[in-house]
Amino acid sequence: MPAVSKGDGMRGLAVFISDIRNCKSKEAEIKRINKELANIRSKFKGDKALDGYSKKKYVCKLLFIFLLGHDIDFGHMEAVNLLSSNKYTEKQIGYLFISVLVNSNSELIRLINNAIKNDLASRNPTFMCLALHCIANVGSREMGEAFAADIPRILVAGDSMDSVKQSAALCLLRLYKASPDLVPMGEWTARVVHLLNDQHMGVVTAAVSLITCLCKKNPDDFKTCISLAVSRLSRIVSSASTDLQDYTYYFVPAPWLSVKLLRLLQCYPPPEDAAVKGRLVECLETVLNKAQEPPKSKKVQHSNAKNAILFETISLIIHYDSEPNLLVRACNQLGQFLQHRETNLRYLALESMCTLASSEFSHEAVKTHIDTVINALKTERDVSVRQRAADLLYAMCDRSNAKQIVSEMLRYLETADYAIREEIVLKVAILAEKYAVDYSWYVDTILNLIRIAGDYVSEEVWYRVLQIVTNRDDVQGYAAKTVFEALQAPACHENMVKVGGYILGEFGNLIAGDPRSSPPVQFSLLHSKFHLCSVATRALLLSTYIKFINLFPETKATIQGVLRAGSQLRNADVELQQRAVEYLTLSSVASTDVLATVLEEMPPFPERESSILAKLKRKKGPGAASALDDGRRDASSNDINGGVEPTPSTVSTPSPSADLLGLRAAPPPAAPQAPAGAGNLLVDVSSDGPVAQPGLGPTPEEAFLSELEPPAPESPMALLADPAPAADPGPEDFGSPIPEADELLNKFVCKNNGVLFENQLLQIGVKSEFRQNLGRMYLFYGNKTSVQFQSFTPTVVHPGDLQTHLAVQTKRVAAQVDGGAQVQQVLNIECLRDFLTPPLLSVRFRYGGAPQSLTLKLPVTINKFFQPTEMAAQDFFQRWKQLSLPQQEAQKIFKATHPMDAEVTKAKLLGFGSALLDNVDPNPENFVGAGIIQTKALQVGCLLRLEPNAQAQMYRLTLRTSKESVSRHLCELLAQQF
Amino acid sequence: MIKFFLMVNKQGQTRLSKYYEHVDINKRTILETEVIKSCLSRSSEQCSFVEYKDFKLIYRQYAALFIVVGVNDTENEMAIYEFIHNFVEVLDEYFSRVTFWLILYCERGKNTSWG
Repeated sequence: MPAVSKGDGMRGLAVFISDIRNCKSKEAEIKRINKELANIRSKFKGDKALDGYSKKKYVCKLLFIFLLGHDIDFGHMEAVNLLSSNKYTEKQIGYLFISVLVNSNSELIRLINNAIKNDLASRNPTFMCLALHCIANVGSREMGEAFAADIPRILVAGDSMDSVKQSAALCLLRLYKASPDLVPMGEWTARVVHLLNDQHMGVVTAAVSLITCLCKKNPDDFKTCISLAVSRLSRIVSSASTDLQDYTYYFVPAPWLSVKLLRLLQCYPPPEDAAVKGRLVECLETVLNKAQEPPKSKKVQHSNAKNAILFETISLIIHYDSEPNLLVRACNQLGQFLQHRETNLRYLALESMCTLASSEFSHEAVKTHIDTVINALKTERDVSVRQRAADLLYAMCDRSNAKQIVSEMLRYLETADYAIREEIVLKVAILAEKYAVDYSWYVDTILNLIRIAGDYVSEEVWYRVLQIVTNRDDVQGYAAKTVFEALQAPACHENMVKVGGYILGEFGNLIAGDPRSSPPVQFSLLHSKFHLCSVATRALLLSTYIKFINLFPETKATIQGVLRAGSQLRNADVELQQRAVEYLTLSSVASTDVLATVLEEMPPFPERESSILAKLKRKKGPGAASALDDGRRDASSNDINGGVEPTPSTVSTPSPSADLLGLRAAPPPAAPQAPAGAGNLLVDVSSDGPVAQPGLGPTPEEAFLSELEPPAPESPMALLADPAPAADPGPEDFGSPIPEADELLNKFVCKNNGVLFENQLLQIGVKSEFRQNLGRMYLFYGNKTSVQFQSFTPTVVHPGDLQTHLAVQTKRVAAQVDGGAQVQQVLNIECLRDFLTPPLLSVRFRYGGAPQSLTLKLPVTINKFFQPTEMAAQDFFQRWKQLSLPQQEAQKIFKATHPMDAEVTKAKLLGFGSALLDNVDPNPENFVGAGIIQTKALQVGCLLRLEPNAQAQMYRLTLRTSKESVSRHLCELLAQQF
Repeated sequence: MIKFFLMVNKQGQTRLSKYYEHVDINKRTILETEVIKSCLSRSSEQCSFVEYKDFKLIYRQYAALFIVVGVNDTENEMAIYEFIHNFVEVLDEYFSRVTFWLILYCERGKNTSWG
């Protein structure tokens, strides 16, 4: 780099700058600038040709004026002229001007590009570098179009100087980031990888940055970089502290390069080659060992650089998540930092430990630091460090320490910073629910939350406690007693009144036996809060009152008095008025029986995603759910260990309790379903917010509570029904398929291509083709965010013994998916025997640091292996008769769920895979089909008949096959399609 | 990945800015104001990493000068933190004769800012 030399100083420029600096006012400055502009203009326009030096000087002045914030509308031509100068300083100023003030004047662009082309071809390394820097600085699409093809050539040319290679690598990186499509991949990519072996550390550093970016899109093309990166890293790590001369920073050899190499390795799974892996593990151990050695320098720069490498090493160890020994060592190292006097290190240690907590190998080791972390939560002076401590406590929480952690978080909440209170509230609510062994503890915890931080307890939190209390009858009495006691406090939070009102209205009878909480006492306690509450709460309390009339007939007169009072019946608020009027009338006209039916106890709520968790996710973005789900801890361990195929028992039958918080599945918010008829009014107890029409249509908020479908038969009392499995899903649990999995699967029974799944983060598209018993499926994973997905691992899981029926081979995909990018995965499928359940596709990745996972059903159903068979009517009937055993036939009569269109039906049947046979059925309305299911082991002949009844909007579907299970399965699959 | 690099004086004026991702000129001003505010308000006991929207700020103070680097969340905080110091050392070495600090602090005129 040529240093700024005094001899070349432009005196005129220096004088001008000092003039400007001496200006006393803005006006004086503008005056001086205008004078200078006039002077420069006349020089440029003058007849006398300016020499290079003068041109350079004036261009510099213009540049300075521009940087002061004034518009410059001339001088571009002179700057372009400077580009073709042979003097470095002139060329440099020309490029500087162009880089800062490039404009899209096409005439000029052509000239500039021409000059750049000449310099790139000049073989003068300094000129080539200037040109490359200019391309990179401008970085426009036009520049990319003009030069993207040339730069790779310069980068890998044997005779390029080090400085040129370095600039070329960085320039290419810049162009690639701006417009990836312009950079052609080709034979040079392989040679770029070899730059990792370059003698010059600057070239290596630039090359690592470039490769790290390129390999994310094309991991396979750059796979060879793993071994080269490992050997380079190993040489650096084991080198003496002075070996690398210029690249040694305070006795640490090439710290930033080491960090970059470690980062590059995080783009890939652990090396497959045992020798490479061994060498890498050795490196990682060396770094961990060095952390324990006495420092070579007392300077903080030395330890900072060393720690930068250490933290990146730990990231890599966590990324691999396969070396228990290293994970535990990393954890111990971080444990030391937790008590370090440097705040920065404490912060980073807490942050890293948070990810370690989600690894099954180090979870226990992390837990040993609980006291230190709790102490940090109490004593740290920096809120962001406290926040990290709270995150870590949340991540390390499991059944064994939940009570301690929850109570510490509650204690912290009393003094917590306002900014993070709501989040702490949500976390406490989730932990309390997730790890509750006895529900009295859960109820206590939530009521404590409301007591301590009522303002920060969102609707979701108190709705949730109501849901749980409603669904668990063993806790209802306790809840009633506890809220009753809590309400006795002279000042209690309005949220407490809401919870108390609701619970007493439902379960107040459970404590009515105690004279201290007799019905009149309960009522007067609630009513004493009534007048201080908001409209929404008062509305809720009115519903409690009408429920009281049913529960405790002795309170009827008092309550009717309250309802009748002018303040209710003529309340200015239409909602309150309406409730008062309706409840009063209801209580007067309805018989006890009717009242008891209408005001019956709420049925259990259907299970769904915990609304609290959804809220935390929304609030924190992707980072929120981190480490929530211990079942996901093994995100990549299966791959790394060469994978024992997990055969989780919960896979094929979604276990409601294991998915207590709906972690794996994020169903779209259910559309509010209006409960029919008059029921509205009564289920409407939690209504807050203005109700639009007097008809009491449920607003979205109240639909949350009022959506009272009876619990689905397969998940009776699903909510928290069985805490045990929730606590400890086996490490190999891939999670149950998301609730919509079946529905999504159904969409693909009759088609092979389409979008399988889509949420805010991810889109999964499918393209597949099947022939005989073989199939090939392309899965396209699109990252819909602008943030890169990491540790992206889609896995195909065969639940039960499916593996003996269906073989699915998958190719591994890139572990990183860039924002907006799409990766493709190819699946080769072979049907060995007939099968009933489809394989599962489990997709896991980290988004913004938070593990995400979802499990879908892969759209591979038995009918995909259909081979259509044409046959005449006679043959068909003959075979039909042959398959006349009762178990060979499956029949279903069902209502049409789609409009009954013959053409659509035809298309669906063809898509299903069978041949459509015309002129077979005497009734032309009916459809008849035939086909053979091809598996490796056997073939199953199938005949089908579909009889639509347009009048009744019904179908009758009959399947006859040579195999009982196939008949039934096909019949079920097909029946869902119409 | 580094998203931007800022040099700011204690008065909150930007002295140098470099963006590695496209940000609208108008948005830059707002962003810089917010970024600077969140760094200036911190005490020396607090850590040098600040979460800001969807990225992280890493800052170091040199007398009255703050250097703030915005990075995405996969970046190694410590490496960037020390990189700032390395950068300062390089500047110091390279511009020593023209007294680099003087350039950055020079208070010309009353309300003009440099760069």
